[in-house]
Amino acid sequence: MSTDRIEKRIELKAPISRVWRALTDYKEFGEWFRVKLEGPFVVGQISTGHITYPGYEHVRWEAMVQRMEQERLFSFTWAHPKSFDKASYSPDYSKEPTTLVEFRLEKTATGTLLVLTESGFDKLPADRRLEAFRRNEGGWTEQMKNIENHVAKNT
Amino acid sequence: MLVAKLCAGQTYSISQLTRGSRLSRQAITKHLRVLEGAGIVHSSRAGRESLFEFDPEPIAEVREYLRFVSEQWDEALGRLKALVER
Repeated sequence: MSTDRIEKRIELKAPISRVWRALTDYKEFGEWFRVKLEGPFVVGQISTGHITYPGYEHVRWEAMVQRMEQERLFSFTWAHPKSFDKASYSPDYSKEPTTLVEFRLEKTATGTLLVLTESGFDKLPADRRLEAFRRNEGGWTEQMKNIENHVAKNT
Repeated sequence: MLVAKLCAGQTYSISQLTRGSRLSRQAITKHLRVLEGAGIVHSSRAGRESLFEFDPEPIAEVREYLRFVSEQWDEALGRLKALVER
């Protein structure tokens, strides 16, 4: 298994033009990605905003738009913050290593094939990986609590 | 919390890990199995008890981080699908 990249393939029952708009219109992108962007994506420019995903609202979004090839390829690079925890989060990403995110579109008989790749994870230092793991375990603990509360209410 | 208790190079039984925790034995066991699945904890048997050991092997951390990012993408792409197929 590669430790440097992630690849996802997803079949969408929608025309390629519709998918392209959902990817590259900053408001539509923000809706499914859960980020509030300050303005449109422009190749060669930094896109800024903040995450709207519950629990991560303090996290800044910052990405450098790399390529926008009409209905074919949209890509950007972005930083992986050292920590997402409120207590240890730092909004300065200037020294953080980045990964490359690419969305590739292909027309299919029923709609559009979207291939997402994110690569460059080998550049990330190991401390980030463990931090992410701790965060995950925190999420798990939270889930366990939700289940306990739910069960408690229904008995 | 569980990871803080588990020190590399030492083995622990579930009773030892449950002591002083608000979580039940079952919850702790479930946690341990998740950690084991991620390759961060290894278990061995001593008689009737399972013993758990923390393994901070870097490759496990890489996998775990990728798994985390990968899950975020699955969720995000699911929302994208819902949006364009609406």
